[in-house]
Amino acid sequence: MTILKSSVAKKVAMALSGLFLVMFILIHLAINLTLIYPGKEAFDAAVEFMATNPFIQLMQPVLFLGFIFHIAMGIYLEWTNQGKRSVKYVNSNPGAASSWASRNMIWTGLFVLLFLIVHLINYFVPFKTQEIHDHYALVTGLFKNPFYTLFYVLAFIGLGIHLSHGFQSAFQSLGTPREKCNKALVITGNIIALLVAFGFSAIAIYFYFN
Amino acid sequence: MSTINIKEGAPLKAKIPQGDLSQKWTIYKDKIRLVSPANKRNLDIIVVGTGLAGASAAASLAELGYNVKAFAFQDSPRRAHSIAAQGGINASKNYQNDGDSDWRLFYDTIKGGDYRGREANTYRLAEVSGAIIDQAVMQGVPFARDYGGLLDNRSFGGVLVSRTFYAKGQTGQQLLLGAYSALNRQIARGKVEMYNRHEMIDLVVMDGHARGIIARNLITGRLERFSAHAVVIASGGYSNVYFLSTNAMGSNATAAWRAHRKGAYFANPAFVQIHPTCIPRSSEHQSKLTLMSESLRNDGRIWVPKKLEDAVAIREGKLKPTQIPEEDRDYYLERRYPAFGNLVPRDVASRAAKERCDAGYGVNKTGEAVYLDFASAIERYGKEQAHLKGIKKPSKEIITELGRKVIEDKYGNLFQMYEKIVDENPYETPMMIYPANHYSMGGLWVDYDLQSNLPGLFVIGEANFSDHGANRLGASALMQGLADGYFVLPYTIGDYLADYIKAGKVPTDTPEFDEAEEKVMEEINFFLNNKGSHSVDYFHKKLGKIMWDKVGLARNAQGLQEAIKEIQELRKEFWKDVRVPGKANDYNPELEKAGYVADYLELGELLALDALNRNESAGGHFREEYQTPEGEALRDDENYAYVAAWEYPAKPYERYTKQVNMSDEILHKEPLIFEFVKPTTRSYK
Amino acid sequence: MKLNLKIWRQNGPNDKGRMVDYQIDGVESDMSFLEMLDLLNENLIAKGEEPIAFDHDCREGICGMCSLYINGEAHGPDRLTTTCQLHMRRFKDGETITIEPWRANAFPVIKDLIVDRSALDRIQQAGGYISVNTSGRTVDANNIPIPKKDADNAFDAATCIGCGACVATCKNASAMLFVSAKVAQFAQLPQGRVEAAKRVQDMVAVMDAEGFGSCTNTGACEVECPKGISLSNIAILNKEFLLAQVK
Repeated sequence: MTILKSSVAKKVAMALSGLFLVMFILIHLAINLTLIYPGKEAFDAAVEFMATNPFIQLMQPVLFLGFIFHIAMGIYLEWTNQGKRSVKYVNSNPGAASSWASRNMIWTGLFVLLFLIVHLINYFVPFKTQEIHDHYALVTGLFKNPFYTLFYVLAFIGLGIHLSHGFQSAFQSLGTPREKCNKALVITGNIIALLVAFGFSAIAIYFYFN
Repeated sequence: MSTINIKEGAPLKAKIPQGDLSQKWTIYKDKIRLVSPANKRNLDIIVVGTGLAGASAAASLAELGYNVKAFAFQDSPRRAHSIAAQGGINASKNYQNDGDSDWRLFYDTIKGGDYRGREANTYRLAEVSGAIIDQAVMQGVPFARDYGGLLDNRSFGGVLVSRTFYAKGQTGQQLLLGAYSALNRQIARGKVEMYNRHEMIDLVVMDGHARGIIARNLITGRLERFSAHAVVIASGGYSNVYFLSTNAMGSNATAAWRAHRKGAYFANPAFVQIHPTCIPRSSEHQSKLTLMSESLRNDGRIWVPKKLEDAVAIREGKLKPTQIPEEDRDYYLERRYPAFGNLVPRDVASRAAKERCDAGYGVNKTGEAVYLDFASAIERYGKEQAHLKGIKKPSKEIITELGRKVIEDKYGNLFQMYEKIVDENPYETPMMIYPANHYSMGGLWVDYDLQSNLPGLFVIGEANFSDHGANRLGASALMQGLADGYFVLPYTIGDYLADYIKAGKVPTDTPEFDEAEEKVMEEINFFLNNKGSHSVDYFHKKLGKIMWDKVGLARNAQGLQEAIKEIQELRKEFWKDVRVPGKANDYNPELEKAGYVADYLELGELLALDALNRNESAGGHFREEYQTPEGEALRDDENYAYVAAWEYPAKPYERYTKQVNMSDEILHKEPLIFEFVKPTTRSYK
Repeated sequence: MKLNLKIWRQNGPNDKGRMVDYQIDGVESDMSFLEMLDLLNENLIAKGEEPIAFDHDCREGICGMCSLYINGEAHGPDRLTTTCQLHMRRFKDGETITIEPWRANAFPVIKDLIVDRSALDRIQQAGGYISVNTSGRTVDANNIPIPKKDADNAFDAATCIGCGACVATCKNASAMLFVSAKVAQFAQLPQGRVEAAKRVQDMVAVMDAEGFGSCTNTGACEVECPKGISLSNIAILNKEFLLAQVK
């Protein structure tokens, strides 16, 4: 852990854990999209696969740790960074030089965390504690609630914003040659952000209306 | 003819080693005494100033093992004004194979200085110039390179070879940061104690030797004592005596002048350089002038309108420079000096600009500006690029675009700087330029060892007088600062210190330190209690005006005598009526300035006196009475081939109690003997 | 023109400090921002008040001494401009301008608008150099060809003036742009490669110890940097740092 003493190392760890979570979210999105197409059977089969495949089972605690680490480190970094300027500016115009998304990673992150907790209570806890046969019904059923759906959509817009900065930022932290790659990374990051935000939201909205 | 009676003292000897010019430095180095590493640990050296000369000296001396205390008035050594040097640094590497050599660099420098420099020093400078480039490259200084990966060169004024190494228009910055990095390495090792925001305000002399300084901590305002076995002054030049100059606001002559008051002679103060390519002044509130690198004269063509009525129309804003057809433009440097054209030395270019403006051809509101035009360079480079890129029959737009790109690569930061200040795009409309004070060739007198007449006091860089004669060539200031600091002083100071290896620490509780601190405090208290009616800047501006009008680009005996009188009057008024707010033991920039201006008010008078004494024109010193029928400088080698070193005419602290006039300074002559070159009339035609 | 100024006044490091309102008349559009402050100070001295302390020196945008957070931005609203190069033509008659010192715990206020930036020097002392003695006895300067692109990139990084605008701008008060500029300059030159691994670790360690925040890649530093130092340098630092761990 001594290596994590350095601020640069911490950023690298944030980047790696973040990218790992991006991978997870993309897989999650792929599975969720089966709700709409091909439909119930495919979705249930995918859930079954995820629940039984030994590799996925192995990765589950890793994923869990990844989440914990990314969240804890994010909060810790923000907390310490906030402390580096005890006297604030009377007049500050940060919007002139940087994007809202980049400055508010902590807030978009915390919002997604809030969603994550609700999400775990709604799915993961029953999933682990009860014998559920109809995953499809459990998932789609919740989208009948307009407040839940709205919350769900907002959370994924938040995650999209988080990723729009986070993805390319992670590569910057890992030292990818900026001149060569930055444009591609920004575009890829924005595509992923849009995919995640619209993909998950579309599913929720689809089932709200259907 | 001067009507002031000048008292003359004993002539000075420069301790130049015997032997052939090219062997002197080698012979010298072989004969000096060395100090063993074990003894170097017991010797302390104070270095005042951390520009190119100071930082390189402090780093080198610390590497050798001496204990160095370095002082900067800014918050970091990296801020020294060397950082603003733009164009480049000369070295006789002959990488271009265009006939350069140590001899040619020496010869160009001594000739450029109008034969008022010392042969041996100048040759040594040329001799070590190559090592500076090697050293800097090794330190990671990113000089400009060609596509083959080797170093690129460009040309500067007054020479016919390309020997200038550069890093865009920021060569000074890159070299200073190189020296700063070497200094940092020694600070980290604990061999240099760095005192930032400290200003030397007095030199402490014990038994006739420089042994310490009184410095003011600019944050707390407290006076602090520092002792050493030798003191090195590397505090730069005195151009700010003119109020408006290209120097930084904080650049000052106080360290050098206080040493002068303590007995160090001040040499050739009249030799100041007025740089031809500065951005013209615009308003009364202007606080400083900005230089546009001389390297621009590689590609820019200088002109004014041929017709007086065009000049008038331009001044009134009725005509734009781009509307004046080629045949109505007077490229006066190309006309007068066909061989060197726009690349004549600085003094020649400055006077030519003034001549045209005085004749009524000036092109800005104040009538004090000429054009520096890049249109033909843009076209030339554009065509070249189009050819390289294989574009057949390129349109005018494409040529302009390609040409601009080349100019941007070479001078981008300068063009940007110009646009910010003047609010005009120099790619589209010609730049306006005018001469401004820039550099002082004069300074504290030193011998071949760079040691002042006051033993233990060494003076390096712009602060000394030695290598540039009456005019410095472009890209030679960086060369001299680094040569002194890296390669000359580390040798010569050892020869002096060899006598003190058993001396032990120099105490700071001596009567000399007591007196110095007490007197400095008296002056501070005087300023703060004076409660006059004018700010320090008021006097500084007045002094600047006298200096610029009467001791500036062109001087005459009558004007100089008037100037001396007026400065004496102004000085009286200053001591009576200056107002300095704030407290002594506090951060107080007005108090700092008061000290500077008190010194400028003396230095300015000495400058005028030196100019009055020198009944000839040489380099930057142009006396209207002494010129050829074509208006070129007329030297008098028979009577003035000497260095004029001046001795302060009173006791160090007498200025607080009685009027001390600089016209009473005592003149010591160091005859300039030209063994190896024959002084000729400079011709750049 | 006439302006309303709101300026931070603080008597010393231990004073609490406050914003003070000033009115100034007779400002000309050709004046630089610092010349406007000179004029204000002349007025204050004439009235017997203490002038406003601010850092400045070369007034041509290269020494890095001037600072000032003007209307919520480091060195004011113009890009690629230091405060001394900012001209009053940028402002309108009657405008209100706020002027504050750089804010960061690593930059304590000394007086009024002056802050202590010596932390930046200490980072440089930790490794911002190539360990070569100044004997001049190295190798000929043309002995090692350096690709023009590398030399140019190193130069671009080396143009940092150490003003601290990046720290002042960064929401985390991070000095990464400053540190990376030096790391990247040397990392791209063969002479600097020899010590690259040690340099980056030592400089980052001191940067952290001096109390600067960490980089979250907002990119604000690059935008506000008066010399346009690129974020690429931070990427290079990160890469060098990672490489150093496996060395």
